[in-house]
Amino acid sequence: MAKSDTNKNPAKGDVQEPGRRDFIVVATYAMAGLGAAAVAWPLIDQLNPAADTLALANIEVDISKIAVGQSITVKWRGKPVFIRHRTADEIARANDTNLDDLRDPQVDTARAEKPEYLVLVGVCTHLGCVPLGQKTGEVRGDYDGWFCPCHGSHYDTSGRIRKGPAPTNLEVPPYSFLSDSVVRIG
Amino acid sequence: MSANQFKSPVVRWIDHRLPVFSMLHHTAHDYPTPKNLNYMWNFGSLAGLSLAIMIVTGIVLAMSYTAHVDYAFDSVERIMRDVNHGWMIRYIHMNTASFFFIVVYLHMFRGLYYGSYKAPRELLWMLGVVIFLLMMATAFMGYVLPWGQMSFWGATVITNLFSAIPYVGESIVTLLWGGFSVDNATLNRFFSLHYLMPFIIAGFVVLHIVALHRFGSNNPIGIDTKGPQDTISFHPYYTIKDVFGIAVFLLLLAMAVFFFPNAMGHPDNYIPADALQTPAHIVPEWYFLPFYAILRAVPDKLGGVLLMFGAIAVLFVLPWLDRSPVRSARFRPLFRIFFWLFFVNAIALGYLGGKPAEGIYVILSRVATAWYFLHFLAILPLLSMFETTKPLPKSISEPVLGSSGRTA
Repeated sequence: MAKSDTNKNPAKGDVQEPGRRDFIVVATYAMAGLGAAAVAWPLIDQLNPAADTLALANIEVDISKIAVGQSITVKWRGKPVFIRHRTADEIARANDTNLDDLRDPQVDTARAEKPEYLVLVGVCTHLGCVPLGQKTGEVRGDYDGWFCPCHGSHYDTSGRIRKGPAPTNLEVPPYSFLSDSVVRIG
Repeated sequence: MSANQFKSPVVRWIDHRLPVFSMLHHTAHDYPTPKNLNYMWNFGSLAGLSLAIMIVTGIVLAMSYTAHVDYAFDSVERIMRDVNHGWMIRYIHMNTASFFFIVVYLHMFRGLYYGSYKAPRELLWMLGVVIFLLMMATAFMGYVLPWGQMSFWGATVITNLFSAIPYVGESIVTLLWGGFSVDNATLNRFFSLHYLMPFIIAGFVVLHIVALHRFGSNNPIGIDTKGPQDTISFHPYYTIKDVFGIAVFLLLLAMAVFFFPNAMGHPDNYIPADALQTPAHIVPEWYFLPFYAILRAVPDKLGGVLLMFGAIAVLFVLPWLDRSPVRSARFRPLFRIFFWLFFVNAIALGYLGGKPAEGIYVILSRVATAWYFLHFLAILPLLSMFETTKPLPKSISEPVLGSSGRTA
């Protein structure tokens, strides 16, 4: 059994070339590391949204009852979404805007799949308040869209920022029309 | 503690101001451990591991659990169905609780067999009994949280015990409940205390280990180490042995979690709690069954309560009940027989605790309870006075190494 020349005298610490003991030590630590990672992953991943939260990631909204000129607010992923059934006048004004006047230039057609229905996330892009303009009688701001009372941001009939501290236009969420009367958001 | 061989200047800077690295080095490398420890000495580290697993999984579960009577049961089901890996984390938490008790019972039986509770380790033993008591309180409160039928009715039965105390009993129970029955106030406070107690346990574990390190571990022949020829350094020998033990433990735990996750639980706890309907047989979790059997064996309510707590109190004073100068059962043939009788009796008590309190089970429970106390209060003291023990070897190494095993 005198084959262990490679390890010389294992009792002394002066092994020059790697031997069997080093292999097993490294292998043990490597397995321990893999094990620790395998344990850590589920504990971290459980922080991610659960199945019931993900299920609420998409909602279907019936828009057939919204009269022309009327707006509704729905809750999507914990935030308000404005759906406005725009008048012809509002659509025209949105299209007629010179892009140079816009802080965040975007054409209206890029923001509304069907021009009659505008779907926007109702959160001011400044510091997160919910702008006014949804209910009848509420202030709509100088551009007849929405007005954020917190710091005075004015949005136009396409939800684009025109005046005030907000840096970007009101966000357009991912949405699609499942039919003429049902829109799916998210 | 000074002049340590740490190469890294960062480590030396920290260690000079907060000697945590020196402490770890001393605990692992310098700490002499008897070289004859067998696998019964693995259970301490397994208990520590179990505590760590319970704390980690518990904190994670608490992120998704709602401690309100209207939401608790559903929040647990949500964890099981909707939370990513929630089912696994929940099953790990509930099965590790059982494994924690298995491991601690084996750890305690090791102590009983090898006389680890004897001088100078009396305080070490008593700290262990405190940890055991805290574990039982923690487990009891934890089991209430899912708010199933067994959660509710187990809580009702056990909190009602305190009404046995004369004069102040009823007031104490009302105080514990925070109301007129186990209800939302009870659930909320149990959640708070259940979260708290594991950290108190951890504190006592630290004291337990400090007490252990004062005189070092006992060993299977129960003889003090006489010098370096009787010991080996904890690292790497016992670290790797503990790692191996942990691997076996985790394998068994994984088998339970993934294949038999509800085997040690009670199906009635998957029924939401109903204050107007008592289950046919209320049983606590298996690790409480021996004490439950003792409780029910006594026909008197207060007597049952006193004897149940007495069963644990008797553990506290064990070092003074068994005064034999010989530690290990290896050299105490009569003690060994009674030890195994005690062990069988403990299993019997556990079995009887799960049975309805009728017929033959009542008689057997009383016999087993009597034997339990007879063992501690009569047999052990008598044995320490009259037992003829076998001759002890001179040292740990001596029987193996002969004369070179003796101190110089």
